[in-house]
Amino acid sequence: MKSGFITTTLNSMLGWGRKFSLFQYPFITACCGMEYMSVACAHYDLDRFGMGWTRFSPRQADMLLVVGTITQKEAPILKTVYDQMTEPKWVVAFGACAVSGGIYDNYAVVQGIDNIIPVDVYIPGCPPRPETILNALIKLQEKIQKEGHDWRWKKKK
Amino acid sequence: MLNMGPSHPAMHGTTRIMLELDGEKILNAELEMGYLHRGFEKTCENKTYFNLLPYTDRLNYVSPLINNLAYVMTMEKMLGIESPERAQYIRVIMCELSRVCDHLTALAAMCMECGAFTVFLYKMKAREFIWDVMEQTTGARMTTSYIRIGGVRADLHPDWRTTLKKAIDETRKVLKDIHGLMSKNKIFLNRTRDIAVVSPEFAINYSWTGPCLRSTGVNYDVRKAHPYLVYDKLDFEIPLGERGDNYDRYMVRMKEMEQSLRIVEQCMEKLDRDSSPGQLMAKGIEPAEAIKTSRVKKVEERIKLSPNLEGAEKDKYKDILFDGKKYIVPPKEDTYTNIEGLISHFKFFMKGHGIRPPKGEVYFSVEGGSGELGFYIVSDGTDEPYRLHLRAPCFHIVSSLEEIIRGHYIADVIPTFGSMNMIGGELDR
Amino acid sequence: MAMEKEEIIDALKQNFSEKIKNISVQFGDEIIVIDKNSLLDVVKFLKAEPYAFTMLLDLTCVDYKGEELRFEMVYHLFSLTTNIRLRIKTRLLEKDPGIDSLTSVWKNANWLEREVYDMFGIRFDGHPYLRRLFMYDGFEGHPLRKDYPLRKRQPRIRMKK
Repeated sequence: MKSGFITTTLNSMLGWGRKFSLFQYPFITACCGMEYMSVACAHYDLDRFGMGWTRFSPRQADMLLVVGTITQKEAPILKTVYDQMTEPKWVVAFGACAVSGGIYDNYAVVQGIDNIIPVDVYIPGCPPRPETILNALIKLQEKIQKEGHDWRWKKKK
Repeated sequence: MLNMGPSHPAMHGTTRIMLELDGEKILNAELEMGYLHRGFEKTCENKTYFNLLPYTDRLNYVSPLINNLAYVMTMEKMLGIESPERAQYIRVIMCELSRVCDHLTALAAMCMECGAFTVFLYKMKAREFIWDVMEQTTGARMTTSYIRIGGVRADLHPDWRTTLKKAIDETRKVLKDIHGLMSKNKIFLNRTRDIAVVSPEFAINYSWTGPCLRSTGVNYDVRKAHPYLVYDKLDFEIPLGERGDNYDRYMVRMKEMEQSLRIVEQCMEKLDRDSSPGQLMAKGIEPAEAIKTSRVKKVEERIKLSPNLEGAEKDKYKDILFDGKKYIVPPKEDTYTNIEGLISHFKFFMKGHGIRPPKGEVYFSVEGGSGELGFYIVSDGTDEPYRLHLRAPCFHIVSSLEEIIRGHYIADVIPTFGSMNMIGGELDR
Repeated sequence: MAMEKEEIIDALKQNFSEKIKNISVQFGDEIIVIDKNSLLDVVKFLKAEPYAFTMLLDLTCVDYKGEELRFEMVYHLFSLTTNIRLRIKTRLLEKDPGIDSLTSVWKNANWLEREVYDMFGIRFDGHPYLRRLFMYDGFEGHPLRKDYPLRKRQPRIRMKK
């Protein structure tokens, strides 16, 4: 379908609505959780970006924040949580251990969660500074704004 | 059967508690852990003694400097060296600030799960001020690797007194607010008084240590029983509880925070020699020029080092690090300008050389945030440890959860688990 | 201190003279090496008054690959009243690594022995329910043994890359 005036306006409105009201599900395992807690609280506030309230259930969330090391024992649980989320969903890999296994290269650690689920934004750092996290979340918001919606009557499979 | 699965919203990381219920009463409980097992002990067998310092930071990640200290003091016991006095006072300040961070985070999580969200926000605010102090001196907020074998990595920042004073004042304000909000609050008392009561014999049989043991009335603190660093010269009290229930564990931690702040203030008074602000990177010659000059004659002027090495200049070394070539990184001025410095730099970092302790085994423990944190190291004479084992304090405390929780309700699991201060990195290694 | 370390060691030598193999001091810690069959007797003797070693601080294992007595169990005991620490070690054979369980004496030995079973494969006779603690069911091998390679991964779900 050719993109006309109405569909592009609808796309930008939809992107605006989605990016400023993200419901996040923080899948916290390890040390990066401390930095996540300090980003979410009063000094570096996440609430001013619209992501204040964490939904502690995957069915009500649209952003999965994987915070900390994922081990081989935890991997099926991460996949289950990801599958339980409804479309549209985005995944952010927070911290060096989620991006690529971090400093742990051994029998027990998954070398990056993109072995298991598709990732949208990677945040490096061990642990990343709060300014890095806010920068990454703004990039994610820009990505959401640009995403279009498939407005056809019959969706292509 | 109820499964309180991994991916806990209760911010403790990852454990699975399976409960067998009769209505709401718990008949049996089983705790499954190991979801954060990162292979710390096996990794350490393949790294040199100096390389594995960052791994120790990430064990108990709410009080990272105390793990550093435990490992470094075990190595110093094995090598038979002692750090200079100023370094010991700096270590005590950093440890006590880490301990305050640990108790703040533990109680913040426990109170948030009981429903008091404001308490969590206040405590995180106080923790930010303490992290500012740590960042000024060590360079990182959390995982610092600051305490090294032989001393500390760098001297305190010139403005440390102002930042530290601000952190202490803000923490005291927050503690006063929290006392007003929680300590006599009817709802909190109903949820925590007389829940999960632990007798001293039970606690000793399970080898509990730290604030949880002191809440049952047993007076055991590693800082007083086997004093290390300069704790025998400082004046502080050990708060004890009476009944051993959740409320006592909360109060013991609150009172310990005040004692830790008292210790920090005493250390501040004793460290009266400050580094003057003018000694920063302002003047000095560039390293490239210094290297060129050193080929002809000995370099007398100051060398301008990179900002990463602030605090680690050569004239500060005698205060902060032990005077022995084999165990410390040599100062950068020496490495750039004379051949002995260059050789000792290479011999420290090359594989096969470096720190090689004598053959044998050693065990040493310090008072961590949750109890007695000990390291057991077996060395075979090479530069990599043969076996390294960590005595995690919360391992023993959490192993008793299954027995404590029997007979209580589901809603009691949350404050009990919160008051035990389970840290995943330490529990699962 | 009411009781000195020398008194305790003399008492041990008197009561268990044939079962103690070696007593040494390394870096300031006392180490007692005993025969594996007498572990429960020695430990119960030390736990009772007047020695009162009421806390089992730690229980671990070291793998000396290449020797016939391959595994060495290490126990750290501590007494609150006399403030003394003690280390007890025994050696186990490679072909048949098994030893008595201490769960009847101290309750935290339950999880500590499960950890050693998981990481090294040592059997504990008398343990109520011996199963893996850190690794998942279905993991083959014992990771902390010296012949288990560091990077040998056994994934539970299919990896994309």
